[in-house]
Amino acid sequence: MTPELHFPWLELSILTPLLGAIVCGLQNNPAKSQRIATAFSALALLFSAGEWIDFSTMNSFLAHDHWDLLTVLFHRDIFVIDELSAPLLPLSALLYLLTILATLRTKAARFSFGLTLLSESITLATLSCRDGWIIIALLSLAIIPPWIELRRRNRSSRIYLLHMGLYIGLLVGGWSMVDLSAGPEGTPLIAAAMLTMAALLRGGVVPVHCWLTDLFQNAAMGTALLFVTPMTGAYAVMRLVLPVAPAWAMQSIAILSLITAVYAAGMALIQTDARRFFCYLFLSHSSLVLTGLEIVTPIGLTGALCVWLSVGLSLGGFGLTLRGVEARIGRIDLSEFHGLYEHMPMLASLFLLTGLASIGFPGTIGFVGMELLIEGAVDVYPLVGMTVVIAAALNGIAILKAYFRIFTGTRHVATVSLRARPSERIGVVLLSLLVLGGGLWPQPGVHSRYHAAIKLLELRPRHIQPLPAEHPSAESSDSESSNSESSSSHDNERSHKH
Amino acid sequence: MLTACGMIVVLSPALLLAVFGLSALAGIRLSERLVAKLTEASVVLGLFAAILILGVMLITDRRFIPVEPGDWVSIEDEHFHFTIKFVFDRLSVPFVILTFVLCGVIGAFASRYLHRDEGYHRFFLFYAIFQLGMILSSLAGTIETLFLGWELVGLSSALLVAFFHTRPNPVRNGLRVWSAYRIADAAFLVGALTLHHMTGAGDFEGLMGSGPWPEGRASVTDQQALYVGLLLLGAAAGKSALIPFSGWLPRAMEGPTPSSAVFYGALSVHLGAFLLLRVSPLLEASLPLRVTVIALGLATVVFATMTARVQTDVKSALAFASLIQVSIIVVEIGLGFRYIALSHIIGHACLRTLQLLRAPSLLKDHHALENALGQHLPDQRGLLRRLSGDKLRISAWRFASERGYLDAMLDAYLVRPFIAVFMWSDRMERRWTDFLTGQTSTSAPAPAPAPSQQTPNTNGQ
Repeated sequence: MTPELHFPWLELSILTPLLGAIVCGLQNNPAKSQRIATAFSALALLFSAGEWIDFSTMNSFLAHDHWDLLTVLFHRDIFVIDELSAPLLPLSALLYLLTILATLRTKAARFSFGLTLLSESITLATLSCRDGWIIIALLSLAIIPPWIELRRRNRSSRIYLLHMGLYIGLLVGGWSMVDLSAGPEGTPLIAAAMLTMAALLRGGVVPVHCWLTDLFQNAAMGTALLFVTPMTGAYAVMRLVLPVAPAWAMQSIAILSLITAVYAAGMALIQTDARRFFCYLFLSHSSLVLTGLEIVTPIGLTGALCVWLSVGLSLGGFGLTLRGVEARIGRIDLSEFHGLYEHMPMLASLFLLTGLASIGFPGTIGFVGMELLIEGAVDVYPLVGMTVVIAAALNGIAILKAYFRIFTGTRHVATVSLRARPSERIGVVLLSLLVLGGGLWPQPGVHSRYHAAIKLLELRPRHIQPLPAEHPSAESSDSESSNSESSSSHDNERSHKH
Repeated sequence: MLTACGMIVVLSPALLLAVFGLSALAGIRLSERLVAKLTEASVVLGLFAAILILGVMLITDRRFIPVEPGDWVSIEDEHFHFTIKFVFDRLSVPFVILTFVLCGVIGAFASRYLHRDEGYHRFFLFYAIFQLGMILSSLAGTIETLFLGWELVGLSSALLVAFFHTRPNPVRNGLRVWSAYRIADAAFLVGALTLHHMTGAGDFEGLMGSGPWPEGRASVTDQQALYVGLLLLGAAAGKSALIPFSGWLPRAMEGPTPSSAVFYGALSVHLGAFLLLRVSPLLEASLPLRVTVIALGLATVVFATMTARVQTDVKSALAFASLIQVSIIVVEIGLGFRYIALSHIIGHACLRTLQLLRAPSLLKDHHALENALGQHLPDQRGLLRRLSGDKLRISAWRFASERGYLDAMLDAYLVRPFIAVFMWSDRMERRWTDFLTGQTSTSAPAPAPAPSQQTPNTNGQ
């Protein structure tokens, strides 16, 4: 029996932005639409934060909503929360809220708040879900809002559709075969290969990463940012690929991700377009997370899960700062100095702070996670640890280079005030507190991620070391009878497939 | 009481940074007077506590006082502990007192020197980061704590080099310094984690064996000592501007005089030597490592001696003069003269700070000297200049004037190939996306300027 939360947090956090999307859709006034979106998004954050706090007090690996309407209707747990997803939900909700809040009035007419809330609802639903087919359905749905925006902006969506179509095709094909197979140990080679390919595609691993640069160049910065920063691709790896893929599949994801981390860091260094720069920077960091997920030591995996959160938060803030600057001066050319520091010292400070946090600078939220990740890697694969350090060093140079290009080097003359607006200041203070607070008091975060890592590692030997041949139903009944939470989490992924 | 004093030494600069940092983030502008007073209070408090500890150590003949606030992060089941630990010993106490004294002098000097400068608050924010970094590095009892301070020093240095940020040259030089630091820091991190991995602890006591500094013995094999030692030597070379990283030192003089004085003349530039002193038991464990340290120090001495003689501005000349002394200190460390090296660091740091602070009034001092003598200062030709031929002199001058071609070589063999590879990749990617969309990319990257064109202009104020 899955433990229950004290309130239907999950359903409320998913339904609230969905309702907000409908209300925004009925509005023609962008300013009003932004206010409504802010309110609904803030509520969603409140519910997801409540869910996290409630879950933390339960001392359980898995829980579902109180008064779970969907369970009553479908006789199964559709939305559940576990140690992996618990902090990801408020993190994603926060990123959505900050994006909506920090949208300048001049850009409000071109930014669809309705579609953003719809995306938020889909993202939160994806992160609350453990059932393979529902995750695939939600991941497919998540593709639609950015596509609509590309169409509205009269930009080519061919690359995006091509890659995303292939991604969904591979997921559906691979998961169908897994569904038809006898169990995780009997997963056909082709199914594992298809799921691995899907993971590589969505993760933007080289050489199938061009859709990311294309999306950043053609979609609104906010939309592109929100499509990638919650890292639903990594979540899909954990839920869909990890439980069924053999060791070689996970290792190939890790190796290619490691190559991507260094390659993208190098590419970020030479970019002259700020959006492409951010895209590569993010790609490098998200690849580090994917690499870390393959480090099968508790320390390494804890580090990867910590970096997942810190990168989401810090690069989310970094991207939002970049978006704020872009909203004021247009597309940013990094081959020139812009000298904006005097006009926006607060945004400049946040840019530097979040950028440094992403590379694991001491005193910021990324430091301990990166240390754990590298330490875990050095323990198992010393070469991987060194490569991670090289990628981090290159990213560090790229970040300071971008800071210097955007905020220094000349005197910028502006006829209007470019200073941070009150709503942006709220975002700056909130992000700074989280980045510094998480850096100075890392123990609670590390403790929670360690528990998640241990539970995830308990799942791994099942597919890495093939189990004795027995009927899948026997295994299922055995899992149920053992009443182990970790077993039930695995069963959840494999259950309800008939 | 000693623990409380130890904590005051660390907390006083930490609180200063918290006040300056949070006020900057919240957009609150403190008055110049308040900034100066807070800085003064922080330095006096920290210095007083450090001297108190020194007094107790001298009176009680204690050579090792650890202060352990506890685990910052711990995972009990994995026996993983990220411990914050500070040690007061014969190496750290002199270095901490030196840091406070010089930071105090520079703080007082800068509060007048930068009076009403638009970057006044920014300077003191970076100054607070630097001071905290130096104190953490000096007192670090674990290699992770040392890395923490090390990184803070690096960041503040790069930002201070780029202090006059409305001009492109300081900014370019700041980036150059940061790049050199990042590469060196990467070596440090890998070295630290490898050492941690080998010995199973990040604590210097565990790493270096029992016995207070300088009597510890490394608990690793000579091969391990060589491997880790080389990585740490790379880190030290980056921070102390030894070959091949020497190119960043004159560029660092682009910053305001107080920062040049305290960072590159006195404290920051000695941090590499301090690291070598801290891990000196590793040097003891490996003869090839010691030979490498001595060779690197000697090579840098020769390079810096030649280069210092052809500098045409006072700050660059002082920078290379500093480098000569730092290299000699490195040689001393390699030879095992640890107390001499420590004394050398302290004496040199104080002298160089004074010289750099007087640098803006060099001409005035020069004229005052000539007026006092009643004649021009004599042109003293060196022995080498008198004995060597024109051809050799010109070659040597070119070599020195081009700063040993170090930057040019790094650019030619490292930076340009790196840029070329990734520019090519970028073009290929754009072609691929163009092919898929049937459109042409709007913004292909312009060729990046060759790094060598970014002159190490050293006309800072």
